[in-house]
Amino acid sequence: MRIKNLRLGNLWISVTSVILGMVVGAIIMILSGFNPIENYISLFTGALGSPNAIGEVLREATPLILTGLGFAVANSAGFFNIGLAGQALAGWLASVSFALAFPHAPGFLLLPGAILAGAVAGALWSGIAGFLRAYFGASEVITTIMLNYIALYATNAVVKGMLAKGDGDYSPTIPVQARLRTPFLEKITQNSTFHWGILIALVAVIVVWWLMKKTTLGFEIRAVGMNEDASRYAGMSTKKTIISAMLISGALAGLGGAMEGLGNFQNIIVNTALPSIGFDGMSVSLLATGSPVGIILAALLFGILKIGGLNISIASTTPPEIVDIVIAAVIFFVGANYVIRYLSVKLRKHPKKQPPVASSSEPQAAVAERAAQAEEEGEDAK
Amino acid sequence: MSSSEIAIEVRDLTKRFGDFVANDHISIQIRNGEVHGLLGENGAGKTTMMNMLSGILQPTSGEILVHGKPVHLASAKDATELGIGMVHQHFMLVENFTVLENIMLGVEETKGVGILNRHDAKAKVMALSKQYGLDVDPDAKVADISVGMQQRAEILKVLYRNADILIFDEPTAVLTPQEIKELLDIFRRLASEGKAVILISHKLNELQAVADITTIIRRGKVIDTVDTKTTSTEKLAELMVGRHVTFQRERVPMPVGPEILKIEDLQVIDKQKVTRVHDFDLTIHGGEIVGLAGIDGNGQSELVRAITGLMPTAGGHVIIGGQDRTGATPRQVTQSGVGHIPEDRQRYGLILPMSLVDNMSLQVYTLAPYSHHGVLNPKAMITNTEQLLEQYDVRHSTIEEPAGSLSGGNQQKLIIARELSREPQLLIAVNPTRGLDVGAIEFIHSQLLAARAAGHAILLISYELDEIRQLADRVAVIHSGTIVGQAKTSALSENEIGLLMAGETVPGKEEMLNAH
Repeated sequence: MRIKNLRLGNLWISVTSVILGMVVGAIIMILSGFNPIENYISLFTGALGSPNAIGEVLREATPLILTGLGFAVANSAGFFNIGLAGQALAGWLASVSFALAFPHAPGFLLLPGAILAGAVAGALWSGIAGFLRAYFGASEVITTIMLNYIALYATNAVVKGMLAKGDGDYSPTIPVQARLRTPFLEKITQNSTFHWGILIALVAVIVVWWLMKKTTLGFEIRAVGMNEDASRYAGMSTKKTIISAMLISGALAGLGGAMEGLGNFQNIIVNTALPSIGFDGMSVSLLATGSPVGIILAALLFGILKIGGLNISIASTTPPEIVDIVIAAVIFFVGANYVIRYLSVKLRKHPKKQPPVASSSEPQAAVAERAAQAEEEGEDAK
Repeated sequence: MSSSEIAIEVRDLTKRFGDFVANDHISIQIRNGEVHGLLGENGAGKTTMMNMLSGILQPTSGEILVHGKPVHLASAKDATELGIGMVHQHFMLVENFTVLENIMLGVEETKGVGILNRHDAKAKVMALSKQYGLDVDPDAKVADISVGMQQRAEILKVLYRNADILIFDEPTAVLTPQEIKELLDIFRRLASEGKAVILISHKLNELQAVADITTIIRRGKVIDTVDTKTTSTEKLAELMVGRHVTFQRERVPMPVGPEILKIEDLQVIDKQKVTRVHDFDLTIHGGEIVGLAGIDGNGQSELVRAITGLMPTAGGHVIIGGQDRTGATPRQVTQSGVGHIPEDRQRYGLILPMSLVDNMSLQVYTLAPYSHHGVLNPKAMITNTEQLLEQYDVRHSTIEEPAGSLSGGNQQKLIIARELSREPQLLIAVNPTRGLDVGAIEFIHSQLLAARAAGHAILLISYELDEIRQLADRVAVIHSGTIVGQAKTSALSENEIGLLMAGETVPGKEEMLNAH
């Protein structure tokens, strides 16, 4: 009962956050003299109005599913992986380099090899932070941020110095047999950049769900994330578990980067900033409150907002940045879910219990709440 | 203010949570200068009532009268203004603040714009401290002081706000016997100064030591109000739980079994390079309960952590069932047949947000049939959990509910079920009944005695001397990390154990105590 309620609550929060985020976007559009209804219509037609648009949305969502999953796994172990962007970049570089290194290899070896290279590179990059945290107690928040910058500039150096031809700032295009985009997919989506990566992302969702719920490693990751002391008491190696979770997280982020390299761009370029799939992946995971199906839905929503957003500036004079404001507002409301829970309880006419979170702004009331609940449960049980 | 005046009274006070009635027409009168005990099992509704008196919860119906006047307490602030102060079971102190800052918090006296007037506040705190014998260091950080002093700071916080009705919710749950004694003296002092003291407890001996009047609450209703001094412990217990409770524990005579635990010359040094346990020798046989008595912080925690592999040893040996397990990992120790009821069930024993199934499987999830090659077998986990919850009478709603939603007693029963079901040759139980009510204590004691009768060796570490004296065949006393004496439980009086715990010698018994 309790758990089901909680899950419903999370879904409710996510949906409400999305609606509130769009309302905030609308208010800002009105204040700036733009027409929100017109803009939202052009956003959704731009994202869903043609096979090409849908293909682009799915392509946009693919790496976000993977980085979102990566964040969720690390987060389960109590690890805040801010380094998804750097790990994705490492995966992007490794997958493209692998594909370029064996231009004559057959596709059934080259493509899986390149994908694997991306995952391994992402895992190694996050593994550094995992190792530093497990053995030296270094905060992963700091190490992963720093590793992001190292990844960005090291990748640029490799692209410019080793992969690019002459004075260029992009690598050659990968061989045809290593590409995730195929003429068939281009045909059915009217020449969109849609690629087979979506299948890899969906398989990853299933594998990660299975790993977290059905294996001893997943059990350990969840246990360590919730209570390190009790996990150690139960004989788990917290070091091993933290590093495992971080390796899985980085591998998923690396896969996300490989999708960009093998699918979207089919090469690697000198980036002036970290790829947005890293931070957007965090947002996707937070909006999904860690649930695997939620991650797919949240990634699709982000795809819709981003691709549809491009259409806003084509159809009107509204700057496309409005979409970033909407996304930021959605995440703000996810973070501020206490407010939503509070409202949801207030809106219901017959609150059976006091709002569990509303009272957290008043420590005294929270105590009473816990005490009352404990009393109640104690009594219920008898 | 005459001392017989009624300070606070509740009439037909009722509190509902949905369909559940936490308080059912409760009526109580509490007088100035009186220590009024409020006795009831966990979940009886004591805390709900006190939260209404302190303005945290609002009653569904009924009246609260303070000094004869009906009042409406909409918030904790209203209660404070009427002179009602509550000291919570879990302290409400800011760890990084000093004692003085904590006491001032919320009622800061300022000179001019936002500048704290520490000097006056400190003078007032020191005066109160002296008046009531509440010894604190106002400039010490809360994180650095003992639990006893934290509690005195909490009391000063209430007195600083001019409270004359003081409510204490299970105040002794976290204190050592010495600190408890000091606290009971403080209660008497407060009452003799004309304050009304309400003491919520389920510890019979404390109420008998200090309460003038005791009101017993069961399932949200007042069962009786009695004169504590003339009511027997047995009678109070019976009123509280609604059935006869035995305090005598049946210990069947057991032949001395094989040596199960042998600790030789153990040394434990912590990360700060402080020696916590040294020259420690102890042997426990099958069918024997050895009680390790000692004041909190004399190396008990470190000893247990060293035996169970949670902390490295710096010397000596831990031999379990004839095998040297010194320096083994926690899992190796567990799987060599050691059950461990940890001292802090919520921090070490359970993962509160996880389900009952997950918690019940914590020690066995790597073993068949609960998992094969790293893949869990939920069916086996669920079957095992359902059976153990039933067998150990853990009251719960579903096996998927988080362990954190169980009451304290049921959380402890879950841990005991998990640890005993593995048939450990050695059971280490640290404060197994801390914070539990008589009914739960009776159950847990009977389980420990059953394990003894089954031939298991039990190391019982407890800060409750009564518990050790009731259960243990042998008592060993630890002081400053080493054993300062051990003997058959019947050979030492409570007083003599107390002397050893304080690091002193027992006249006339030195030889007997060193004989082991």
